[in-house]
Amino acid sequence: MNELTIEYFALLREQRGQATERLVTAAATPAALYAELQARHGFTLPGDRVRAAINGAFAAADAPLRSGDLVVFIPPVAGG
Amino acid sequence: MFRISPTPLELPALRAPLADARAGALVTFEGWVRDHNEGQAVQSLEYEAYVPLAEAEGERILAEARARFGLLGAVAVHRVGHLALGDLAVWVGVTAAHRAAAFEACRYIIDEAKARLPIWKKEHYASGTTAWINCATRPGPATAERRG
Repeated sequence: MNELTIEYFALLREQRGQATERLVTAAATPAALYAELQARHGFTLPGDRVRAAINGAFAAADAPLRSGDLVVFIPPVAGG
Repeated sequence: MFRISPTPLELPALRAPLADARAGALVTFEGWVRDHNEGQAVQSLEYEAYVPLAEAEGERILAEARARFGLLGAVAVHRVGHLALGDLAVWVGVTAAHRAAAFEACRYIIDEAKARLPIWKKEHYASGTTAWINCATRPGPATAERRG
């Protein structure tokens, strides 16, 4: 099991109802973690439209998660 | 230098670090909050950013532009927070010896910034509704009931 910190932004923050949480999970990759959180919180964005960042850097959907990681899911961006 | 700013952008201060006797061209881009998008009347905009990653990725974009176009200087700043119509949302300034490189680099930076930076925009419409841009989903059977 991994103990993770998750930060939420924009649409995901609103749908989660909070900006951060700590979670103990069996999810071993960002893809698995998003699927778990989506099922629990009803996120409307499908997993393939959300990028992941681990500890402040973009990460692949199948990158390994380790205890202590900070995970951020990045909804489709719209700067400018 | 790339920065996310929670406070209004001050043009003279943004330009100042670009001063360079070798530069023959300064090209700037200003992104403004406009009053419409895709047929809807917009009243205001909220920008939100994952700041550490936005600033790191922004610096990477500026470094790419410097290397690719031989720039002398490059600065970009993006606002976060609640902005009113006409407010300055993003500013890009680049200097080069000649104008062609400066025009191309400025375009490259704003295009890459829009596509890559973890920054999100929520539009507030005259109708009273809001929307996170690019985050719309078609409500299927699985999501419709959760939305309520």
